[in-house]
Amino acid sequence: MTDPGRSIVFDGVSKFYGEVLGVNRVTLAIPPGITSLVGPNGSGKTTLMNLVTGLLQPTEGTIRVLGIPTDDPERLFHNVGYCTQVDAFPKGLTGAEFVRFYLLAQGRARDEANRLAERAIERVGLTEAARRRVAGYSKGMRQRIRLAQAIVHDPTVLILDEPLNGLDPMARAEMIHLFQSLAGGGRHIVISSHILHEVDLISDHVILLNEGYVVAEGSIRGVRGEMEQHPLQILIRCDRPSALAARVFEMDSVVEARIVDGGGLLVRTRNADRFFLRLNRVVLDSGLAIEAITPADEDVHAVYQYLIGGTLRDQNA
Amino acid sequence: MSARLGQVWAVARHETPRNLLRGRALPLYLLAALPLIVVGVLQVVRLFVTAADEMDTAEGAAMVYALVYQFILRFVLYAGCVWIFMNLIRGEVLDRSLHYYFLTPIRREVLVIGKFVAGWLGATLLFTASTVGSMFLLHAHLGIDGVRHLLVGPGSAQLWSYVAITLLACVGYGAVLLSIGLLLRNLIVPALLFWALEWANPYLPALLKKVSVVFYLNSLLPLRIDEGLFALVADPVSPWLAVPGLFVFAALALAAAGWRIRRMEIAYGDE
Repeated sequence: MTDPGRSIVFDGVSKFYGEVLGVNRVTLAIPPGITSLVGPNGSGKTTLMNLVTGLLQPTEGTIRVLGIPTDDPERLFHNVGYCTQVDAFPKGLTGAEFVRFYLLAQGRARDEANRLAERAIERVGLTEAARRRVAGYSKGMRQRIRLAQAIVHDPTVLILDEPLNGLDPMARAEMIHLFQSLAGGGRHIVISSHILHEVDLISDHVILLNEGYVVAEGSIRGVRGEMEQHPLQILIRCDRPSALAARVFEMDSVVEARIVDGGGLLVRTRNADRFFLRLNRVVLDSGLAIEAITPADEDVHAVYQYLIGGTLRDQNA
Repeated sequence: MSARLGQVWAVARHETPRNLLRGRALPLYLLAALPLIVVGVLQVVRLFVTAADEMDTAEGAAMVYALVYQFILRFVLYAGCVWIFMNLIRGEVLDRSLHYYFLTPIRREVLVIGKFVAGWLGATLLFTASTVGSMFLLHAHLGIDGVRHLLVGPGSAQLWSYVAITLLACVGYGAVLLSIGLLLRNLIVPALLFWALEWANPYLPALLKKVSVVFYLNSLLPLRIDEGLFALVADPVSPWLAVPGLFVFAALALAAAGWRIRRMEIAYGDE
């Protein structure tokens, strides 16, 4: 069982904006590691993040972050950093002043605040622009300075709302590396993103949201494994795909086998474990040269398509 | 407790320059310059109009300044406080930057007080300078005697009284306007309504007079001016009651603001 003192716990949380549903009856515990919130626009991702950080109050239910109620900012924000997707800043501040204020407001000494702010700004690669006004930053720079502000106090829980938006591919790779390094040591990183292959790369857990409801949650493999109505697709690259096709058709766990371009066989199976056991025997008996075996739809994108339908990119366009 | 005071001071230190040095502060400087302009015009009129020669004595100048100060109190200070204090929180909502303050590890009530202190420091700095400057300008034609009168003579007590009233006006108006900015969605109508009540204060019944800022401040004025035929006379409050009364009034307004901000949600409208 997940320790509530080390998790982000939603207990029967609903949020309504007047008549409009934000999220409904959310009960879940987010463990340490990188958790991605995935869902189309308006699915409730930002609402969930704003609820975790106390920017919104739940209409029903309770939320505790590491055991701390979200209406106690004094304790909460010693442990939590939040990088919102609101692309606006207090007027007239330089990047360094913007990041430093967070620490000064905590009552930290100016020297310490300067040192920590410099370190955070360095981590996001903005040292040279730190003394310039934020108003003159590019979109990517503004995204990074917000991230610096969110991590400056070394929080245990880091909430990131679309943190890769506006970043070029190089910067995205750097940020993903940073998230992975931050996720060590029992920290929580909660990310919302619609760039699914990047979510796939870094996430330990996913929470799929649609129209305010949590559709699925857990590890990608776990969520995918529970979707029995959608047989798992496995791509097998080998020297004689036709021969392999003839053998796998004999297996009762196989629903479909199709030869694909480039010397591969795409198999759909309802029971992956049994299929792999039988496949070993087939390979040994027939002397096939297997180049690669990869799940073709055991990723966030496939899970998203099966559970919610369409592609996220289309829905965010 | 000292940690909270440190947080208030940290917010105030961060906010005060922002209140005074942004482009948005330009109207404040114009407002603060108004009394100097008015007194400058009076000085020019004095040169050409013999009827204005009552300013030629220190006592006469003090009487004229009592009228000038009514203009400062009822227009300049009030409008300046509207501009500063209503924007403290509402300005951040309009700039979509309030959430950054809510994400800091300080109680929201502390944030309100820190912002209030920043607003008060800014308003005090500008309008005390305006009050003192206009008073010296009104005595400029008296030369070194005028300066002596204000610094070490009988005018000194008046000067300090006006400075104190300016500081207290910023406390009272600031607290009320900050609360209005937080409690109500439409700011202009309540601000105008409160202003109208302040102007109508001499004509209000005794009980209603007390629900105002100017009632307490008038009790502290060094020279009372005639409030007209229709004014309803109420016993002036002793300074020993007026000053604490004003602080209680301000504390209640700030408590309401603290109550409101604790329940406030971030919804900028287009998310």
